[in-house]
Amino acid sequence: MASQIVSAFGAVIAGVFGCALYYWLSDKLLQLVLPVRSGDVQRISANLKTHAAIRPWLFLGPALLLMIVYLVYPVIATFILSFYDRSGGNFVGLANYKWAATDGQFRQSIFNNILWLAVVPAACTFFGLVIAVLTDRIWWGNIAKSLIFMPMAISFVGASVIWKFIYEYRGADGTQIGLLNAIVQYCGGDPQVWIAMPIWNNFFLMVILIWIQTGFAMVILSAALRGIPEETIEAAVIDGANGWQIFWKIMVPQIWGTIAVVWTTITILVLKVFDIVLTMTNGQWNTMVLANLMFDWMFRGGGDSGRSAVIALIIMAAVTPIMIWNIRQASEDRGGH
Amino acid sequence: MNAAINLRRIGLPRLIVHFSVLVICILWLIPTIGILVTSLRDPGQIASSGWWTAFSGAAETSAARLGDPSTARQDGPNYVISGSVFDSEDAGAKGSVRAFGTKVAAPTEFAAGEAADIGDGETLTVNEDGGYVYSKNAPFDDKRGKRVYLSVAQPASFTLDNYRTVLTSQGIGQAFVNSLTVAIPATIIPILISAFAAYALSWMHFPGRAIIIAVVVGLIVVPLQMSLIPLLKMYNEIGAFFGIASRSYVGIWLAHAAFGMPLAIYLLRNYIAGLPKEVIESARVDGASDFEIFVRIVLPLSFPALASFSIFQFLWTWNDLLVAMVFLGTGKDQLVLTGALNALLGSMGGKWEILTASAFITIIVPIIVFFALQRYLVRGLLAGSVKGG
Repeated sequence: MASQIVSAFGAVIAGVFGCALYYWLSDKLLQLVLPVRSGDVQRISANLKTHAAIRPWLFLGPALLLMIVYLVYPVIATFILSFYDRSGGNFVGLANYKWAATDGQFRQSIFNNILWLAVVPAACTFFGLVIAVLTDRIWWGNIAKSLIFMPMAISFVGASVIWKFIYEYRGADGTQIGLLNAIVQYCGGDPQVWIAMPIWNNFFLMVILIWIQTGFAMVILSAALRGIPEETIEAAVIDGANGWQIFWKIMVPQIWGTIAVVWTTITILVLKVFDIVLTMTNGQWNTMVLANLMFDWMFRGGGDSGRSAVIALIIMAAVTPIMIWNIRQASEDRGGH
Repeated sequence: MNAAINLRRIGLPRLIVHFSVLVICILWLIPTIGILVTSLRDPGQIASSGWWTAFSGAAETSAARLGDPSTARQDGPNYVISGSVFDSEDAGAKGSVRAFGTKVAAPTEFAAGEAADIGDGETLTVNEDGGYVYSKNAPFDDKRGKRVYLSVAQPASFTLDNYRTVLTSQGIGQAFVNSLTVAIPATIIPILISAFAAYALSWMHFPGRAIIIAVVVGLIVVPLQMSLIPLLKMYNEIGAFFGIASRSYVGIWLAHAAFGMPLAIYLLRNYIAGLPKEVIESARVDGASDFEIFVRIVLPLSFPALASFSIFQFLWTWNDLLVAMVFLGTGKDQLVLTGALNALLGSMGGKWEILTASAFITIIVPIIVFFALQRYLVRGLLAGSVKGG
């Protein structure tokens, strides 16, 4: 165990040192091969130009290499693999796509993903907005925000254990140690096995993600609310608008862009939801979602890279519009010099 | 700030606002408090009562056998056996008796101290201290002592044993070290790489810059799922080619560094591009090369952005399950905390003393990081709320 810690810190030092050394050495090498400190003026100016042309690529090199190997190439390879059979060796055309179109579990996953997409981003944004408005009005608002924001730091697996304990079921006659069943029993209802109730169990899993992500929505929306120019609100007050009208007609329209960002960010997260379903039900009781089905096919019966790739591509296709929108936004306000 | 003051004019009386925020906070905290309290309780109590009763003590159901009929003495027309339920050989935990019963299904049929008529002309009284009087209006004809069931109140008992157990015998201690082994290099290695790239993308001119920026922004949202299959194949081939293990720490460090790279470059570029132009121009005029400008001026000035990204990356690598499941083995020396917790959920389902203690160990590090560095985390979120995990 001790040797492992040593090797981890060794890796940190070697990694940081290696990176620093690369940038330093490559810079020195450039200076050495194409000197700019001495020699005739023409040569120096030519060398300076070459420096300016080469240096960006020396700076970008490692980052580009990592992104190409780990992100760009795999995206292309996954696309190609979707036309090949389970081992990736034989071309099968659209067979994997045909399989997906008729597979019951795949349809179930699509249906569940749509349920998640319909509920979680909306719920997080709504609760986030309400809490942001409420906490902005009280002196201990920042403490409250911290507490609601805190689940963001908790892993999905940790959150699943936390909530599994809340949904815990102990026979109809036993003492319920799960909070939800205890409340139901206290109110005179019958304890239920919550995570095994088809359709509804999806919602019990969604609660976990809403619990985690509401803080995120709250923080972003709260910052946006504070950025609203006070004149607009003052003008509305003078015009005799009530609180409800000010909120919906003055404040919400002004933070519309931020709401869209929060919504899309959570949408992307929801499309990739994996850990929660894996740890809570592992897709049993009709709770399968695309990311879990994809992982399942990656290893099921030795793995089927073709089918798995098709499922990954569906997730990718769902993300693509948001991706294009992001790129457009980013190139519009491209700063830099 | 002024908007906040203006908000006060809106709607609802202040008291209701305070109250609703309080309720929301409690709702949000209860789940976490639940596992914290449970992880500190005695395993027997966890199984027999809800964690919310932890401070008032728990009631445990136990069984006891009353004295042998041969010890009965005659008292007027009745035959009486007396003693203490806690004296019997197979008595359960001691404590104060709250209720008792004669059927296993109904251990709380009669309250302590009540003279219970249990049929056949028999009456039984069990007092809080465990003393009982069992009488019958005829001689006892049973061969053995009567079995009774008790609900025994236990004083609240808290213990650190659960933590000791999971850290030593459930492999959580080792997993903790493994998680650190993954998260620390995977956080630090990409910082320098992305900072250099971000500088090049904001202050250097070269053909293709705009395209690279667009690609980086696009890559931020590419689902991890797209990368897994080809990378798994690639790792296996590299492993087979060099005759080394395909699942190693080096492999996951590079994977995490690469997956975090687009967001890192995006966040840092936003920040570095916003640095004052004069500072960088004047350094250039003084003859400093880009390398010198970056190391001496840009890197120190970018500390807040570097801190924001490091927190993101640390939380993401520490909390990750999927990447670890694909790129790391499940052996003792490679299983990270999230993976170990997931495995325990399968093998120890229902053993909440193990699960809650393990979960708390898993979440404590990110929570400390969160509360200590929340300022930077919020700044990072506001600057780059596009990735979403």
